[in-house]
Amino acid sequence: MPAPDAEARKAWIATLAKAPPARLADLMPELPPHDLLRAPEVGAVMVRGRTGGTGAAFNLGEMTVTRCSVRLADGPVGHAWVQGRDKAHARRAAVIDALMQTEAAPDLSARILAPLRAEAEAHRAARAAKAAGTKVEFFTMVRGEDQ
Amino acid sequence: MTAHALQGGFAEAPVQSARAFREILEAMARPGTIRRVAGAEPPAPLSVAAGVALLTLCDPTTGLHLAGGADCPMVRDWVAFHIGAPLVAADVADFAVGSWEALQPVSRFRIGQPDYPDRSATLIVESERLVNHGPALTGPGIETATWLNLPETAAFRANRALFPLGFDCLFTAGDRIAGLPRSTRVEKI
Amino acid sequence: MYVAVKGGERAIDNAHQWLAEERRGDRSVPELTIPQIREQMKLAVNRVMAEGSLYDPDLAALAIKQARGDLIEAVFLIRAYRTTLPRLAGSRPVDTGAMAVDRRISATFKDLPGGQVLGPTFDYTHRLLDFALMAEGEPPTPIPSPRGGGEVPGAAAGQEAPPSPLVGEGWGGGSPRVPHVTGFLNRDGLIEAAPPSDATPPDLTREPMELPADRALRLQALARGDEGFVLGLAYSTQRGYGRTHAFVGELRIGRVAVEVEIPELGFAVEIGEIELTECETVNQFKGSKSEPPQFTRGYGLVMGQSERKAIAMSLVDRSLRWQELGEDFTGAPAQDAEFVLMHCDNIQATGFLEHIKLPHYVDFQAELELVRRLRAEAQTLQEAAE
Repeated sequence: MPAPDAEARKAWIATLAKAPPARLADLMPELPPHDLLRAPEVGAVMVRGRTGGTGAAFNLGEMTVTRCSVRLADGPVGHAWVQGRDKAHARRAAVIDALMQTEAAPDLSARILAPLRAEAEAHRAARAAKAAGTKVEFFTMVRGEDQ
Repeated sequence: MTAHALQGGFAEAPVQSARAFREILEAMARPGTIRRVAGAEPPAPLSVAAGVALLTLCDPTTGLHLAGGADCPMVRDWVAFHIGAPLVAADVADFAVGSWEALQPVSRFRIGQPDYPDRSATLIVESERLVNHGPALTGPGIETATWLNLPETAAFRANRALFPLGFDCLFTAGDRIAGLPRSTRVEKI
Repeated sequence: MYVAVKGGERAIDNAHQWLAEERRGDRSVPELTIPQIREQMKLAVNRVMAEGSLYDPDLAALAIKQARGDLIEAVFLIRAYRTTLPRLAGSRPVDTGAMAVDRRISATFKDLPGGQVLGPTFDYTHRLLDFALMAEGEPPTPIPSPRGGGEVPGAAAGQEAPPSPLVGEGWGGGSPRVPHVTGFLNRDGLIEAAPPSDATPPDLTREPMELPADRALRLQALARGDEGFVLGLAYSTQRGYGRTHAFVGELRIGRVAVEVEIPELGFAVEIGEIELTECETVNQFKGSKSEPPQFTRGYGLVMGQSERKAIAMSLVDRSLRWQELGEDFTGAPAQDAEFVLMHCDNIQATGFLEHIKLPHYVDFQAELELVRRLRAEAQTLQEAAE
């Protein structure tokens, strides 16, 4: 099987990281045997912003993150960095990343990644619709002295 | 990144790094004493002790300089995965690792500033062997005198003259480690 | 001079136990859960995350519960916790232009491209206590969205035309972008440029702050600074102590992805999403010896939904820029970087302030003897004079 291209892998790693941990556990309750190359580890990532939104970088503050690296019995290596402190989430995401590099990929893509993406998109769309419902047009009123 | 670079880190980081830190602290506090450390299996040419020191002391906020043979793809990948320390030039490094020859000239490493003497480099000097035989060491942490097979004396005497500025050294060979802080006086015997 | 005191272990244990009881309060009232605090006290959670400088809503909610609602104490707990975390990486700078906005308003352009979005704001509420919340009545019936999708509480019934979806125009394809207002002024050269740079910024949590502090360091200090302190300083600039003639060019609240370069992968991935509030002020500027007349900028960026803090931060940021813009120092507190940066951290402040209540018996003994001696000397002099 050819190495997955980086763009596709980047996308599924992001989907797994942003998935609600409980939902991911529902979709993938059992994990195949694997070794821990790096046991799930909780730490912090310093989040940076840009001055004026577009300028030089500055440190805004940290966020919690958990990372994990695994190797499946037959060799593929999977990595995960996920927001928060859920070690099971990081481990599950790392195992799925490894499995996505095997022949199980099409099945996992349909059974796990597709529903996660659809749910994330539905959530985003519902919020965007609420925001759109509060969109306003301001009108400038003519003032007395201008008449 | 090759799969091999993903191995050889601490299996139980909290416990192993705490133990290793204690050993390194002892080595620095009692210059010249030779201690043993374990838990790392870094790629060649790094020794176990140098690997343990890097895993214990370095992180993504400490600039690391790989000198000479230590600057190879396997070591770079191993550092990236297990430590995350940015690889930097010698003159801005917080830590440097390599043989004494590869680290030359040592005058390029940071020695700190009068208001922040801690902003200096720690050199992890890979050695063939470590024995308590050679130049005499005296000073803080040494009751009377001790001896260590240092590669030379002039550089360490010059470094001592900069006190409270200066770099600090850890000597590593296999699983053995010894410390030589900037405060130690070194004399040829 | 500090001298150790000992004793009182039993009293301290009893005090801790009583504290736990008082925290729980009347046991006939149900206990608060962490999810309840996280979901229903969200703005308090946001403040604790912003000033604790750690984005983790569950931990902030826990801290608020443990601190009995004392937000500075909660910030203290979060700051203490964050020091135990290994720093795994620094993110790529977040792209607020790609924010999924819940709220976006401008005080300078009424017809800004992409539209003005009120979001869940207090602005147009009447600030009348809603006793329905106390009676635990039914939540207000949601009004159906004019677009038919989802329900929009509070949307005016029978609104004119269905609003268009929130999509920016022409700022790169792919992800919907919501352009920044200052971008339009920038295109016309009317506002100072903010050239991008990816240089690693200084970090005051790693290196002690040194003055003069560059803008990146000032923004970091303000972002984690006390909301009340920054608000007071910002207000002082509006009242004339270092006036900056600020308009809110744009205020936006929403979620952005956080992207981190992962060494073992060799590329950057999105590891999650955080909510941010961003404020950009547009400030009138008549020009100086070094700069032409143009609009200048102040910037505020805060974790969570926290617009008072974001606006205040952008005003104080602009005041602190007097030197680089060639303006005069008028002696205003908000222009004085040392004054602002050394006093805006509420954990440093409360630590130093509250320590004076702890035993200072030896210091005070010395003071007492000094005053007694001076009084005795004064009395001797007086008697001699008589």
